Amino acid sequence: MTALWGLHGLGWTDLLNLLLHFMLLSMLAVGGAITAAPDMQRWLVREQGWLSDEQFTASIAIAQAAPGPNILFVALLGLHVAGAAGLVATMVGIMLPSSLVAWSVGRLGRRRSDTVAMRAFTAGLTPLTLGLLLSTGWVLTAPTRAHAGTWLLIGLTVLAMLKTRLSPLWLIAAGAVAGMLGLVG
Amino acid sequence: MAEADPAPDPAPDPVPARQPRSASELFRVFNRLALQGFGGVLPIAHRELVERERWLAPQQFVELLALGQVLPGPNIINMAIIFGDRHFGWRGALAAAGGLLVVPMLIVLVLATLYQRVASHPLAAGALRGMGVVAAGLVIATALKLRHTLAANPLGRPACYAIGAATLALVGGLRWPLAWVVLGLGSVAMAAAWWRIRRAEPPK
Repeated sequence: MTALWGLHGLGWTDLLNLLLHFMLLSMLAVGGAITAAPDMQRWLVREQGWLSDEQFTASIAIAQAAPGPNILFVALLGLHVAGAAGLVATMVGIMLPSSLVAWSVGRLGRRRSDTVAMRAFTAGLTPLTLGLLLSTGWVLTAPTRAHAGTWLLIGLTVLAMLKTRLSPLWLIAAGAVAGMLGLVG
Repeated sequence: MAEADPAPDPAPDPVPARQPRSASELFRVFNRLALQGFGGVLPIAHRELVERERWLAPQQFVELLALGQVLPGPNIINMAIIFGDRHFGWRGALAAAGGLLVVPMLIVLVLATLYQRVASHPLAAGALRGMGVVAAGLVIATALKLRHTLAANPLGRPACYAIGAATLALVGGLRWPLAWVVLGLGSVAMAAAWWRIRRAEPPK
């Protein structure tokens, strides 16, 4: 148990690096922290090797299954990378810059949101956000991509979300069952 | 660069029916909101803040949401910070954001620690793999729901799909760092949108 909460062999430079990278992502996460997930996977799993694909996907899955903002997956990433210290580094990193910006912008009072600059900003970034979300979906299939059952389950999930008012919780439960039955690997 | 927009001033704020009475009330309500939000808090936020507490008129909620989305970072947290700050300053901002995060964080940490115990058991590993697949589906579904907003996009649907596809290829396929794509492709997309808007609506 304590192994999960310990440093996992990372040093202070690594922790600082972790904090700074997540602070950068805080400002780049257009449309929410989940859009930065592919980059987190690229950096944490591929480049640094601090995390496995399974741990990465598991963090997102647990945060989605639990109540509350999905950004909490970042806390789990930090926990898996470097225990309690990692958790603090990633959460402070992902939250602090964007929260300070939000706070100051909120104080500036009501702005004209129909200026050309604002409209161009939103119009340009929306298709980007769409692509980033699809990328996140793709990255999340990394541990299970080779199985046909995976794509069937994804198709069913997408249909259920688009065509029905079924709560995501039911879908997550169905996914757990499908996984236990060995349908997705 | 002067804006020659002749649009009238925004209409005055409709007064919401009620106001939060203290920062701790903010914490309690946002906490209650978060604990009902499985797979995402935003739909519950509307139900609680607009319909139940009536702290926000529907139009105000939409504006707050738009603001939260435009700003980097998590939408609902941005919204909580701005809303909390408007009522009780930085204490309100902390109370609202804290309400959203503190208890859910504890729950998530307990779940993760419990999972660690059973992780080696094949059934548990399988269950989480399945949940991960559904998580992928949920995110893809969110992306597909977004495509309706593209209809009114000044860039036009083909360009939007091209940008989306390029993003998917660069970030998902080639694994380019996010900074390159958001700052690079993002700037190009925003500049193109600016140009399109200007061309369609020349300043008087």
